[in-house]
Amino acid sequence: MSVDKDTVRRIAKLSRLALDEARVAPMVDELNGIFTWVQQLNEVNVDGVAPMTSVVEQRLKMREDKVTEGGNAAALMANAPGGEDNFFVVPKVVE
Amino acid sequence: MSLPASLTDFTLAEARDAVQAKKVSSKELTSAFVKAVAEARPLNAFVTETPDKAFEMAAASDARIAAGTARALEGLPLAIKDLFCTKGVKTTAGSNILSNFVPPYESTVSQNLWDAGAVMLGKTNMDEFAMGSSNETSHFGPVFNPWRARNSNANLVPGGSSGGSATAVSGNLCLAATGTDTGGSIRQPAAVTGTVGLKPTYGRCSRWGIVAFASSLDQAGPMARTVRDAAILLRHMASVDPKDSTSVDIPVPDYEAGLESGVKGLRVGIPKEYRIDNMPAEIEQLWTKGIEWLKAQGAEIVDVSLPHTKYALPTYYIVAPAEASSNLARYDGVRYGHRAAGPKDITDLYERSRAEGFGKEVQRRILIGTYVLSSGYYDAYYARAQKLRTLIARDFTQAYEKCDVLLTPATPGPAFGVGTKSADPLEMYLNDVFTVTVNLAGLPGISVPAGLTESGLPLGLQFIGKAFDEATILRAARAIETASGFNAKPTQWWRAA
Repeated sequence: MSVDKDTVRRIAKLSRLALDEARVAPMVDELNGIFTWVQQLNEVNVDGVAPMTSVVEQRLKMREDKVTEGGNAAALMANAPGGEDNFFVVPKVVE
Repeated sequence: MSLPASLTDFTLAEARDAVQAKKVSSKELTSAFVKAVAEARPLNAFVTETPDKAFEMAAASDARIAAGTARALEGLPLAIKDLFCTKGVKTTAGSNILSNFVPPYESTVSQNLWDAGAVMLGKTNMDEFAMGSSNETSHFGPVFNPWRARNSNANLVPGGSSGGSATAVSGNLCLAATGTDTGGSIRQPAAVTGTVGLKPTYGRCSRWGIVAFASSLDQAGPMARTVRDAAILLRHMASVDPKDSTSVDIPVPDYEAGLESGVKGLRVGIPKEYRIDNMPAEIEQLWTKGIEWLKAQGAEIVDVSLPHTKYALPTYYIVAPAEASSNLARYDGVRYGHRAAGPKDITDLYERSRAEGFGKEVQRRILIGTYVLSSGYYDAYYARAQKLRTLIARDFTQAYEKCDVLLTPATPGPAFGVGTKSADPLEMYLNDVFTVTVNLAGLPGISVPAGLTESGLPLGLQFIGKAFDEATILRAARAIETASGFNAKPTQWWRAA
């Protein structure tokens, strides 16, 4: 499996990263270098091995279903670029 | 006790004892470090200096000391990696995308330190989003290692990603610092700057309020000048935190208590797979010396095997980017962080805000992560890597049937020149070859200075412990510290500049 220019453009799109056309070809080489190197994982027989999703051997903790912090609109908005009147602002999405 | 020639030469333990005994005030200590930080600007260790806050905290500490209500770290100046959110103080994660981000909240780890009375000197430089092994991916420029090779003026990297913290500790710009370690980001910079760095067991320190890179691997830990200092700092960083669901419900012990108990009877495993191809002779010799030191102190040396070691780095470079691509999806130019000017629609806003905000290495890892999680490739890459992770963790479980700790080199070499390895990502990734296994298995690891290369650069040894057995790796590291008598310091060349 190796990536080509179209694949790089597609994953850049999925990643929501604008990628200059000039950077597509070098990125193909970089990613192929890395993916070729990780191919060595195919040497290992992983039949019947459970995937590890967490190294912590404890049940995820449940908390009481109640509001612990809230009413902090000003703090939430303080870092919002272009936020107005406690609303996040984005370009028009609905015609 | 006598005071050192300069207050910045204090270890954390010495400073603590002097402050508690009222031999020195927090204000005096803080002044000395604020001055050292300002003089060391050529090293670029700090993204943000917070002298006003430091003096304010020092005054409060001195008032407490006078009132007889001093806490464990009262009045002790520390540096905080710029990955920890600090309330009202800019937190950048080394990235342009967060270059103006001022958190309205405090990370649990830093809050624990302030609750123990510590003083904040500032926020340290780091690889962008902790992705790097040389501190060269920072949006705020590279950090220089206080160490230089003998008869050389060439600037060396301090390792990464916690390069600013490592330089600050090594250069006596703070008493100790916080770091974070996802694949070696505490232990590798500690090793190449002649300092002690400990990555605790996953779940020991709360991740709440730490900018996320790879959530199943990230852990905060102490960086310090001595093993004792690391033990002191860890105790006050660690906690059981309801705000982090992976924080484990085990009480935090007093790590300082058993530090001098020695290694007599301790079974130290030597994993044969860590004898990698082309290992520099100096690293090999240091490792052998470490084994001799431990033997001489009564430890039992046991040969062990961790057969999946060689697969750890490629596994990491699937798991970590996959998690990073998910974590970094939150940077959208809407709620916080950099926002591109004049977007023509919502997609354009996302794509350009992220392209302008993230640096090259971060973009590369987002693309890798998106690819390995994408439809059609998930099983071949991500699911396989998760299975490898199970096998890597199992290797350790089996090794620990025969031994209590493992001894390995910390890095494949000493600090290297700025700009010498940044062209090839794979070459850079190899810096973490000895440290990354520990993150994948969730275990604690410590890097301790053990000697100098022929050219006069520090090298470290690493102990890997059982889960939540930080006390034993600290005790073992203390034995190496005692035997090596490592007390070399870099010349403070930056002060003459």
